[in-house]
Amino acid sequence: MDPLMLSRIQFGANISFHILFPAITIALGWVLLFFKLRYNATGDSAWMRAYFTWVKVFALSFAMGVVSGVTMSFQFGTNWPGYMETVGNIAGPLLAYEVLTAFFLEAAFLGIMLFGFRRVSNRIHTLATVLVAGGTTLSAFWIIALNSWMQTPVGFEMRDGVAHATDWWAIVFNPSMPYRLVHMLLASGLTVSFLIGGLSALRYLYGDRSESMWKALRTGVFTAAILIPIQIFAGDQHGLNTLEHQPQKIAAMEANWNTGPNVPLILFALPDEAARENRFEVTIPDGASLILRHSASGVVPGLNDYAGNHPPVFPVFWAFRIMVGVGVLMLVVSWSAAFFLKRRHSLPKLLALVMVPMALSGWLATLAGWYTTEIGRQPWLVTGVLKTTDAVGPVAGSHVALTLAIYLILYALLLIAYLGVLVHLALKAAKDGDASPLPGVMNAALSQPAAK
Amino acid sequence: MTLPWPTLLPLIFAGLMGLAILIYVILDGFDLGIGILFAVAEDAEQDTMIAAIGPFWDANETWLVLAVGLLLVAFPLAHGLILSALYIPVFLLLVGLILRGVAFDFRAKVPAGRKQRWNRIFFLGSVIASLAQGYMLGVYVLGLDFGLAGMAFGALVALCLAAAYAAMGAAWVIYKTEGELQRKAVLWLRRALVLTALGMVAVSLATPLASPRIFDKWFVWPAMLYLSPLPILSAVLFLWLWRQTFHLPKADDRHALTPFLTLAAIFTLGFAGLAWSFYPFVVPDRLTIWQAASAPESLAIILAGTVVVLPIIIFYSFYAYRVFGGKATDLTYD
Repeated sequence: MDPLMLSRIQFGANISFHILFPAITIALGWVLLFFKLRYNATGDSAWMRAYFTWVKVFALSFAMGVVSGVTMSFQFGTNWPGYMETVGNIAGPLLAYEVLTAFFLEAAFLGIMLFGFRRVSNRIHTLATVLVAGGTTLSAFWIIALNSWMQTPVGFEMRDGVAHATDWWAIVFNPSMPYRLVHMLLASGLTVSFLIGGLSALRYLYGDRSESMWKALRTGVFTAAILIPIQIFAGDQHGLNTLEHQPQKIAAMEANWNTGPNVPLILFALPDEAARENRFEVTIPDGASLILRHSASGVVPGLNDYAGNHPPVFPVFWAFRIMVGVGVLMLVVSWSAAFFLKRRHSLPKLLALVMVPMALSGWLATLAGWYTTEIGRQPWLVTGVLKTTDAVGPVAGSHVALTLAIYLILYALLLIAYLGVLVHLALKAAKDGDASPLPGVMNAALSQPAAK
Repeated sequence: MTLPWPTLLPLIFAGLMGLAILIYVILDGFDLGIGILFAVAEDAEQDTMIAAIGPFWDANETWLVLAVGLLLVAFPLAHGLILSALYIPVFLLLVGLILRGVAFDFRAKVPAGRKQRWNRIFFLGSVIASLAQGYMLGVYVLGLDFGLAGMAFGALVALCLAAAYAAMGAAWVIYKTEGELQRKAVLWLRRALVLTALGMVAVSLATPLASPRIFDKWFVWPAMLYLSPLPILSAVLFLWLWRQTFHLPKADDRHALTPFLTLAAIFTLGFAGLAWSFYPFVVPDRLTIWQAASAPESLAIILAGTVVVLPIIIFYSFYAYRVFGGKATDLTYD
């Protein structure tokens, strides 16, 4: 294979592995703050127990996010030098602000948040939690701003083939940025609520009926039930925004070849790009027109208008369907669970069994969503400015193949170890129940020894 | 004398990048070093050593992201050139950092039986990352030379930098622990110092010999006179620290932090020497900082944020170090 394709797979593998962990830490920071604030308000130690269980998951996820993030900051240079050479004047400051304002905020206060409960006052510990949660969200803000600018670039001019910023406000708040940011933050919220719900369901199945389990379970289920309809609405709005600014991506998502009215919604198909048609179509008449234009006769863009300048259809079409499918599943599961928890104050065993694998549904939907939007941007790296082909570096294909193979093995092993630890932590929490000692909470005399 | 902004900005960013690298080398140096020292420490000691770096390593590693980030955003041409030339060592560095970063967390959370495995991975990752950094430094010092000489020199610097990090790690252990482990760390420090000194001499000799341009920067009168404090002071500090290792630990734990600070001072002096050698190039003899710099308006907007944020970062880093000051105790979340 050529270095371009290998470099793309390598970056894709890297960023796919990376996003799994920010998707958890962004929202988990706020959930931990919620646990902490509930504890501060009620003095109920079960909240703190939930906090200590999940702060371990946070620490591990954060570490995985840091190391895979470091990798990416190097890969811009090792594999994609053309990217920074062309748009460095814009990508640079956005990345710099991410590192400066956000990354440091998280990294420096993480120590206090993780290990400082008995070393600083409760107020400072809560503040550290706020700063870490704020830092992760700020990280997301800058990265999404850059990614969205690559999708819908504005506020710059080209001089000698190099982009120069003319309007920073327009660059940061570019047309797709608010939609993508909201969509991603909600995705993170859903990822975390299903993870918490799923692992709590696992504890439930193992007979754990402790107060901290109930608190975590309810937090996960109710958060998911509230967020999922908002996410479906936000996703729809994001789609309409894409229709306006990147119609070829929408055409690929819908596998619609010809521009025209009364476009059906395709439920299943195998898009064939060579023949420029779909095989084995199952459709709802006028569906796509109704969703995208809110009228049966609404005109939906077709791929044939963008021949040679549209993304590969098959992966975009299917990634989008996986994301939407998982979203629907999330709606069904979270609302059923919320119903049982609210009305019956119990969880049917079958539902608990479903919730355990759904712990990873957020990851699946997040990845599928990012594949939709990132592959949907091809063949451009920065829409209309820089093609992916023109950004790849001079590194030999054999080098890239070697590093790619090792990265893939490494990531697979780390992922297995990570999931193993999550299950181990959940089962350990299930075994301990409410009986594990909480020296920092229970024993007030011990709680705040001054650091010497 | 007034300098126009397009001249001044790349200079400021070169300085900031240098500062970030120096802080990274000093801070991540001690926690990488502790990973290296895992090889000679016993089980219980390993837990204490981890507790000595637990709250800090995330932030320490972030300085590397800042340094590479500044290279990326302020000198994009150099970033591409240097990193694609160093493709494989960069890759090894990353694998090392990934392994040690996650091993750090995994070892504390896996079932007890698997802890040993992650301890080994922590050691391995730390060694790989240190060696890769040293190798890159060596190859870079010789102007990205991938001939046999360049690679051999790279390998030598790799070993010496790993030793230097081990020395930093030992110095940190002296500061953060007491009793038997502290006494052991003094011995580790003494041994690591020998290789560290060797490495600094090797780099100091190779740099001017490899490049006539650098030779001329150092060995002309009166520059020689102004520069002489760098090597002399380094040598004095080395010797003094070497003698100290025969008297530590002292009663009441006085001077426990002194070895670490002395090493940091030596690193700073060595770094200043390197900076003087390379100035004004960011890629030796190929690309000056002005040729590699981003557009001035982009640099200006980054600088605006940097001057506000950097002091805050430094301030709260100090705060975090103070909160976790004193001897290392067991790391607990609750």
